Amino acid sequence: MKIPYYPGCTLKSTAKHFEISAIESAKKIGIEFVELPRWNCCGVVASLADDDIMHNLAPVRNMIRVLEMNRDGLVKDEKRLLTLCSMCFNTLSRANNRIKKKSDDLDILNDFMYKEDIDYDGSVEIIHFLEIIQELGFDKIEKNVKKSLSNLKIAPYYGCMLLRPKDVGIDDPERPTIFEKFITSLSAKPVEWNNKNKCCGSFLTVDNKEIVVELGNDILTDAKNSGADIIVTSCPLCAFNLDNRQKNIKAKYPEFKEIPVVYFTQLMALAFGLSKEITGFDGNFINPTKLLKSKNIEI
Amino acid sequence: MPKKLLLNDKSVDFFKKVSELSGEVITLCDQCGTCSGGCPIIDEMDISPSQLMRMVMLGDEEVMDTKTMWLCATCNTCTVRCPRELDVSKVAEALRQIKLRQSFDKINIDKIPKEDLKELPQIALVGAFRRLTS
Repeated sequence: MKIPYYPGCTLKSTAKHFEISAIESAKKIGIEFVELPRWNCCGVVASLADDDIMHNLAPVRNMIRVLEMNRDGLVKDEKRLLTLCSMCFNTLSRANNRIKKKSDDLDILNDFMYKEDIDYDGSVEIIHFLEIIQELGFDKIEKNVKKSLSNLKIAPYYGCMLLRPKDVGIDDPERPTIFEKFITSLSAKPVEWNNKNKCCGSFLTVDNKEIVVELGNDILTDAKNSGADIIVTSCPLCAFNLDNRQKNIKAKYPEFKEIPVVYFTQLMALAFGLSKEITGFDGNFINPTKLLKSKNIEI
Repeated sequence: MPKKLLLNDKSVDFFKKVSELSGEVITLCDQCGTCSGGCPIIDEMDISPSQLMRMVMLGDEEVMDTKTMWLCATCNTCTVRCPRELDVSKVAEALRQIKLRQSFDKINIDKIPKEDLKELPQIALVGAFRRLTS
């Protein structure tokens, strides 16, 4: 299956290991990501003010590229746009939902983009990689597991952007299960814990580091107390706040014990028996290699 | 000390402006406090999300001088829990927009330490600049 794929900025820089592990693991289950030609920034955060139409331009241009890919034969009748980054997923989805509801906004946007060949018609659907996996069936993952992760207890961290608000969320906002099903299909054990959908502080990390340190400490300590060896996420901003910021947490709370935070696709690539270059654990701030070795999992 | 509130043209205009920018029917708020109970950042705020809603409802412009609207990270925990299906994050955005549209910047980009700029992912910077600068 060939599907249009939107990477976003962070997957081409600090989260390269997220992208590579996702693309290669997807191939094993018969999905080919076709990168959107001329993609542009999604804007990171959704436009919230009722009169703010302008900030929907960037998302809509990306959706026009999907229509062009269909027109040019790069994909065949596939108007779903696949995302990996939770922020991109949320921002693109919210823009798409807004213009579907407010046709006046869509008219204004189309009128503004006079250099585009095609008008946007609201027909693109934004989806997350986890949704495609669920659609294909988790048994497809199970069948491809070459390396057992059965010794590994994983805390699924959903964060905010995959679940909220309700009209874009991929699962129940309070009791999601999609990550748990995914982890089980990889042969590992999902951990039940309280903070799986608690906010990490998001962009407040830029000017309110201390808030992110407090939230991170709460989230990570809960994961450890619930028996987790490792945390998985699909958001590069959560990954930064929960992984890199552990050095700031440690500076404030010296008794704090580190816990690795990785992208779900890295563990997928690991379970599928893909190489070290693809799992990309060197890209994580806290490298999980030592932990994995202690669980008898070869990298 | 009890505070005397007067509804006048100015407070009505302020309420209307916030309603218009947020697109929310703010008077639907029952003041049940669910938003405040679930807010992950409430410990850092000077007024709770439900107090913010109440102040807007009363057209009390002093809400503009509180920290709360700048600390909302739009995690939408309150949004999915509100029994009246209100979106407090949109009301916080409306208040921020009133300030930002007067060329106000909450973050001074020049003051972000160089070592932070080196390690912060783009989504953190772009997200913060979108929400907190004009």
